[in-house]
Amino acid sequence: MSRKPRDQRVKAKGLRVFVGFVYAFLFAPIVVLVLFSFNNSKRNAVWKGFTLKWYDALFHDTAVLQALQNSFKVAVVATIVSSIFGTLAAYALVRYRFRGSGIYNGAIYIPLVIPEIVFGVALLTFLRAVSINLSMTTVVIAHIAFTVSYIVVVVRARMVGFDRHLEEAAMDLGANELQTFLHVTLPFMLPGILAGALLAFVLSFDDFVITFFNAGVGATTLPLKVYSMVKFGVTPEINAISVFMLATTSIILLVYYKLQGAPPGATIKGAGEE
Amino acid sequence: MPSSAAPSGQGAGGSSGGIPPAPAPEGVGLFSRVAARLRGRSALTASLLAGPTLVWLLLFLILPLCVILVYSLGSRGAYGDVVLGFSFDNYLKAFSPLWFPVILRSFAYAAIATLLTLLMGYPLAYFIALFGGRRKNLYLILLMLPFWTSYLIRTYSWIVILRTQGVLNTVLTSLHVVPEPLNLLNTPFSVILGLTYGFLPFMTLPLYASLERLDKSLIEASYDLGANRLWTLLKVTIPLSLPGIVAGTLLVFIPAVGDFVTPDLLGGPSTMMIGNVIQSQFLSARDWAYGSALSFSLMAILLVAIFFYVRRVGTEDLV
Amino acid sequence: MKKLDRELRVLSVDCLNAPVSRRGFFKRAGAAGLLLGVPGLLAACGGGSSTTTSGASGTPTTQKLADTLNFYNWSDYIAEDTIPNFEKEYGVKVVYDNYSSNDALLAKLQSGATGYDIIVPTDYMVTTMLGLNLLQEIDLANVPNIVNLYARFREEPFDPGNKYSVPWQWGTTGIGYNSEKVTGFQPSWDMLWDAQYKGKITMLTEIRDIFAVALFKLGYDANTTDPAQIDEATQLLIEQKPLLKHYTSDTYIDELASNDTWLAHGYSGDVFQAQAENDVVQYSIPSEGAIIWVDSMCIPTDAPHKYTAEVFMNYILEPEVSAAISNFVVYASPNEKAEEFLDPTILEDPSVYPPQEVQDKLTFMKELGADTELYNTAYEKVKAA
Repeated sequence: MSRKPRDQRVKAKGLRVFVGFVYAFLFAPIVVLVLFSFNNSKRNAVWKGFTLKWYDALFHDTAVLQALQNSFKVAVVATIVSSIFGTLAAYALVRYRFRGSGIYNGAIYIPLVIPEIVFGVALLTFLRAVSINLSMTTVVIAHIAFTVSYIVVVVRARMVGFDRHLEEAAMDLGANELQTFLHVTLPFMLPGILAGALLAFVLSFDDFVITFFNAGVGATTLPLKVYSMVKFGVTPEINAISVFMLATTSIILLVYYKLQGAPPGATIKGAGEE
Repeated sequence: MPSSAAPSGQGAGGSSGGIPPAPAPEGVGLFSRVAARLRGRSALTASLLAGPTLVWLLLFLILPLCVILVYSLGSRGAYGDVVLGFSFDNYLKAFSPLWFPVILRSFAYAAIATLLTLLMGYPLAYFIALFGGRRKNLYLILLMLPFWTSYLIRTYSWIVILRTQGVLNTVLTSLHVVPEPLNLLNTPFSVILGLTYGFLPFMTLPLYASLERLDKSLIEASYDLGANRLWTLLKVTIPLSLPGIVAGTLLVFIPAVGDFVTPDLLGGPSTMMIGNVIQSQFLSARDWAYGSALSFSLMAILLVAIFFYVRRVGTEDLV
Repeated sequence: MKKLDRELRVLSVDCLNAPVSRRGFFKRAGAAGLLLGVPGLLAACGGGSSTTTSGASGTPTTQKLADTLNFYNWSDYIAEDTIPNFEKEYGVKVVYDNYSSNDALLAKLQSGATGYDIIVPTDYMVTTMLGLNLLQEIDLANVPNIVNLYARFREEPFDPGNKYSVPWQWGTTGIGYNSEKVTGFQPSWDMLWDAQYKGKITMLTEIRDIFAVALFKLGYDANTTDPAQIDEATQLLIEQKPLLKHYTSDTYIDELASNDTWLAHGYSGDVFQAQAENDVVQYSIPSEGAIIWVDSMCIPTDAPHKYTAEVFMNYILEPEVSAAISNFVVYASPNEKAEEFLDPTILEDPSVYPPQEVQDKLTFMKELGADTELYNTAYEKVKAA
C-alpha cells in the first residue's frame, strides 16, 4: 500500500507491545472473575475448589435471568434513542449557530457534572410530583437522559472540521440530499456514533444509583440485583452471569467475523483515499 | 459551477435567509423536499435537529434539578425531610474549610486518573485507528468487553488481586521482588487505579473517533519531509486529534471527581472524595438540603472549570 | 374480588394525584409556582395528611385478597420456600424486590410512592419513617399470630404494641474477629482501638453505629444527646482513624473470611457468614454493651394491597415459617413459638441467642429527631480529620 519508513514499522512493534499491556490491564480482573465463577464457596473471597454449581444455579435462577434481560432491554432502547437524539444534536451544534446554542452547550454538560445520587433523587421526586408511576419505562427515561450527553460530546468531537466541500462535491456530481447524507456525511459520523453508542450502552447497563431510584416494582436490572446482594453475599453466581455474557458476546463476534470478513462502517479518510 | 457562497467547515449555517448554496439537482424524495424547504432556514433546521435532546433534557433533567435547587435553599427537618425555606446557609456550609482537603483530593485523584487514561488510551486509540485495519471494530469491542460485566464484581476482582494475600502480592513475594506483601488496597493507589480502570474507555473511545479520521497521508508527508516520529506526533497527530483529547479529558475528569463507589470499595478512611460526602448527605445524614447545596456547588465549580479549560485549549467549537 | 381491589387502587391513586393534575402542575410551573406547588404536592404524595395515615379506618374493611403483593426486602433474607408456599396457599403472586441499605430505602420512599406493599426497615428507621408519615397503621385483627412473639418484641420502644411494624428477624452488632490472629481477645470494644492490629480493623459506615461503639466504650448511653459526651466520642473516633483499614458495611465479611481483616465491627449474621467460609472467625458481644436491632415488616402509606400485606405478615408469624427463615439466614427469630422448629445449633448459640445477662445490656438504637444533627456534625469532624 503506502510506503512505510523503517522506523515506522518498528514503532508499530513497540506500540503493539504497549497495547498488549493495556489490554492485559483491562482483562486482569476479568481473568480473576472467570476463575472465581468456578469457586466452590458462597463468596468471592477465598478459593475453595472447583465446581460448576454456580452455572447450574444461574440457569435455574429466574430472578437473575429476568434482571439480566431487563438490563439488556433498557440498555438497547436507551442506547438507540440517545444515539439518535444525541447525533442530531451534535450535528446541529457543529453545523449551525443558533440563538441559545451557548446555553444549550452548557445544558449538555450538566448530566456529566451532576452527582448520580442527586440526579436519581431529583428525577424520582419530579416524576412523582407529576404523577408518573415508576416502571421500566421510567428507568429508560432516566437512562436516555444521562447517556445522551456522552453521545453528543463524542459525535461532536468527530464532526468538528468536517469538510463541507465533500458534500458539495457529491451534490455537484449529481447526488441529491438524501444520497449525500447517506453516502458522505453519515459514514463519516459513523465511527463517532458507534463509539458514543458503545459508551452509552455500558453506562446504561452498569448503572445502579439512578436506576435504583427510578425503577418500578419488579423492574429490577442486573446492577440492582447484584448490589442488593452485597449485604448478604455476592455469590459466584454473579461471576457466572458475567462469564456467560462474555462467552456469548465472544461467540457472536467470532461467528460474525468468520462470516463477514471486513466489518461495516469503513470510513472515508479524506478526499482521494480508498 | 459557482461554488457555494457559504464557507466550508465549522458553523457554516450563518444567518437565516443567507445566500443559498449552489443549486443542486432537485430530488423528489421526501428527504429532499424537506431539505429543500429547510434550506436557508438554518435556525429552524437546527432547532428541529437539536429539539428532541433539548426537550428530553429540559423535562427530565432541568426541571428535576429545579426541585433540588429549591431544596438547597431549605433546611433539614427533624426526621430528615426538607423544610423549605430561603436561606443560603447550606451554601456557606458547603464552602467551609472543612471540605477543602476533600475537594482538593477529589480533583487531584481525578486529574491523575485522567492523565493515566490519556497515557494509556492515546496509544491504544492510535493503534486501533491507524493499525486496526479491518479488525478495528473488533478491537473496540474487546476494549468494551470487560465492562459488560457487573461493576461490583469487577471491583471485587480487583480486591482479590490487590489485597495482602492477593494475586499481585503472591506473585511479587514469590518472585522475591519485594520482601513483604505490599499494602496496596484501601490506599490512594487503589482508588486511582480503580478510577483509571473504570474510565479508560471514556478516554479511548472519543480519542479513537477523532484519530480515526486522521489522514494518514499527512503523517506520511511529514515523514517524507524529514520529520522524525516524535516531531510528527507532537506537531501533526496530536493537534489534529485535539477534539478527541478534549472530549476524552472531559468525559473522564468530570465523572471521576464525583465518583463515590470506587473510593467506597477500594478506598480507606483517608481517601474520601467529594462524591462520598454528597452521597452520605442524602443517605446517612439525611440532610438533603445540604447535600443539594454541596451538589450545586460542585457542579458550578466543574462547569466553570470546563468553560476555562475548553477556552484555553482553543477548540471553542466544542463548547 | 376485582371490584374491591379496584376500589383500593383508585383510593391509593387519588392520594398520589392529590390536588393537582399533571396539566395543572405545568400551568403553575413558574419559579414561584414551583416553590408553592412542590411542597404541597410532596406533602400530599408523601402522605403527610392525616387522612391517609389512618388507612385502616379510612377505607371500608377490604377483606379480599389482591392478585399480587409487592414485597421489598433485604436481599437473601428469606428461606427458599417462604414465598412459594405463600403463593400456593393463598393464590397470590408475590413480586419480590431487594435493597441493601436502610438509607437507600428511605431516600427512595421519601422521594415518592414506590408501589410496594411491604418493606422491612430496621428499628430506628421505623421511627424516622413514622416521623415522615411514610407508614400506615396495621390492622392487627388481620394478624392474629402476633401473639406468637416474645414479649420484648410486643413492647418495642420504637413501636409499642406493633401498631406500624411486625418484627421479621433480630440480631446484634458486635465484633467479628479472627481467633487465630488476634491473641488474647477480650470481649470489649477496646479491641478496636488496639494499635498492634493497625490496618486490620474495620468499622461500619452508619453514623449512629459508629458513635454507639465509642459511647459504649466510654460507658455512656448509645442514644445520648449530651454534646459533651458526643464530643468525647468524636475524639475517640478521630484517634481510631489511623488504625482502621477502612469503614465498610459489607466488604468486611469477605475480608474476615480471607484473613485480611482481623477485627471487624459488624452485624451478627454477617459475621456468621464469614464464619461459614473460615471457621477461625468468631463473633463477640462486648461486655460494655451492644446494639440490638430488629428488622420489621411495615406497610408504606400508599401500599396498593394493604389487606394482602397483613395476611402475609400473619403467615410469616406462623411458627414453622418463622423458624424456616431463621434456619436459613442464621439470624434470631422474634417468634417465641418458632423455638421448637429451630435448628438446635442456632438456638443454643449464644452469639445468636445471647443469654439473659447479655441481653440486658443490649440497647435499641433510638431515632433522635432534630438531635441527629449533633451526630451528623460530629461525624463530619471525624470524616474530615
